[in-house]
Amino acid sequence: MSDDHEHHDGNDDHELRVSKIRDGTVIDHVRGGQALNVLAILGIDGSEGEELSVGMNVPSDRLGRKDIVKVEGRELSQDEVDVLSLIAPDATINIVRDYEVIEKHRVEPPEIVEGVLSCPNTGCITTGDEPVTSRFEVLEDGVRCSYCGTIAREELASLIET
Amino acid sequence: MRHDHLITSKQLSREDIETVLDRAAEIDADPSAVADRHANTLLGLLFFEPSTRTKMSFETAMKRLGGDVVDMGSVESSSVKKGETLADTVRVIEGYADALVLRHPKQGAATMASEYVDVPLLNAGDGAGHHPTQTLLDLYTIRENAGLDDLTVGIMGDLKYGRTVHSLAHALTNFDVRQHFVSPESLQLPREVVYDLHQADDGAGIREHDSLEEVLPSLDVLYVTRIQRERFPDEQEYQKVAGEYQIGPEDLEAASDDLTIMHPLPRVDEIAPAIDETDHAAYFDQAHNGVPVRMALLDLFLSDDGAGGALGGDGDE
Ligand SMILES: [Zn+2]
Repeated sequence: MSDDHEHHDGNDDHELRVSKIRDGTVIDHVRGGQALNVLAILGIDGSEGEELSVGMNVPSDRLGRKDIVKVEGRELSQDEVDVLSLIAPDATINIVRDYEVIEKHRVEPPEIVEGVLSCPNTGCITTGDEPVTSRFEVLEDGVRCSYCGTIAREELASLIET
Repeated sequence: MRHDHLITSKQLSREDIETVLDRAAEIDADPSAVADRHANTLLGLLFFEPSTRTKMSFETAMKRLGGDVVDMGSVESSSVKKGETLADTVRVIEGYADALVLRHPKQGAATMASEYVDVPLLNAGDGAGHHPTQTLLDLYTIRENAGLDDLTVGIMGDLKYGRTVHSLAHALTNFDVRQHFVSPESLQLPREVVYDLHQADDGAGIREHDSLEEVLPSLDVLYVTRIQRERFPDEQEYQKVAGEYQIGPEDLEAASDDLTIMHPLPRVDEIAPAIDETDHAAYFDQAHNGVPVRMALLDLFLSDDGAGGALGGDGDE
């Protein structure tokens, strides 16, 4: 019934696609197709030598299809986990040490996200050359720029600052 | 809480608004009583966008309180032209002035600038965002002409880009006011403004229309704004809507005798000159009210007890 596969023995189909990690973070139950956006929102692109495994559109009881992201050697902070909720509201986070899941939590939307999304309003002061960090208030169904008040509901992933 | 800066009308409670309007009325009745109240005080004018009227209105207000202004001058002739950021500019001018007035083409500019300065900063318009001092003079004019309760207000024109409309509509949710928004579909209120109005008022007092006809007879106040030609992709599109949102003497037959017509000015052809001489026209008074209202604001923000003491010790923010 659970499609959490971290403790399954042997030949679990998923295991073949996404290998186990020793120490780090497994982000599970990411909505299908959002894995790369999850990495983007966390600012992880592999350029610092992180060992990454990404499974996309693997079968899931809960979501039908889901993505899984495994980051070796890095435990996500609560802030990072919270920000994930914007694009992966169903995600579960497993912190792994020595192959064991030692902590497991669901994401929770933060009240504010800073420096993660860029404002879609081209007339907004944060989109110019000012030394200002973007800041959004998180609404029930979207985010709102703290500077210009613009509300973004869909396509939040496209607003991720690069 | 203290209001250290005036950024949007959303930060103003009903009590705050009444404090400003009452003070403005006192000043209006006897300007000489405050003639030296802020001697040796300097107001910094930072207008990154030309606005002769708003700027002159602040300048007049400060001088009538006995103070003076330092003016950044036009953007063309300033260091901004050389690429200086707004954040740097306000930090420099803060060293010269006791308070700052900022007009800027970017939305959210006043919020950002206020994060860099300790002196009071008054937003005099940030892009399509907010224009709270205009709102206060609008409210002052409405109160003088029609009172602020049990009121039906129509707001017509470019509601999408009209920052004066966004600020006024929100401020009116503090009062018992029914608001009718009249615009072409392409210039309706932005959804975030509608969101805020619903948050503030459950949306109960708010209706949107595309024609003035059906609401005009019920209005106590009609607030008209300019539909800007440049907002339309082509001239034909503009011509199609423009006529719909102009008001002439013949339209007023359906209106109440007590209807007050307002406009933040400048107007182009939204209000026929023939209306100017009628009792309906309040737009020139409205413009003149900018001085006592801005005097009241400056007085409140520059007084020793600070705006916090003066503007509602416990507002809702
Ligand atoms: Zn913005």
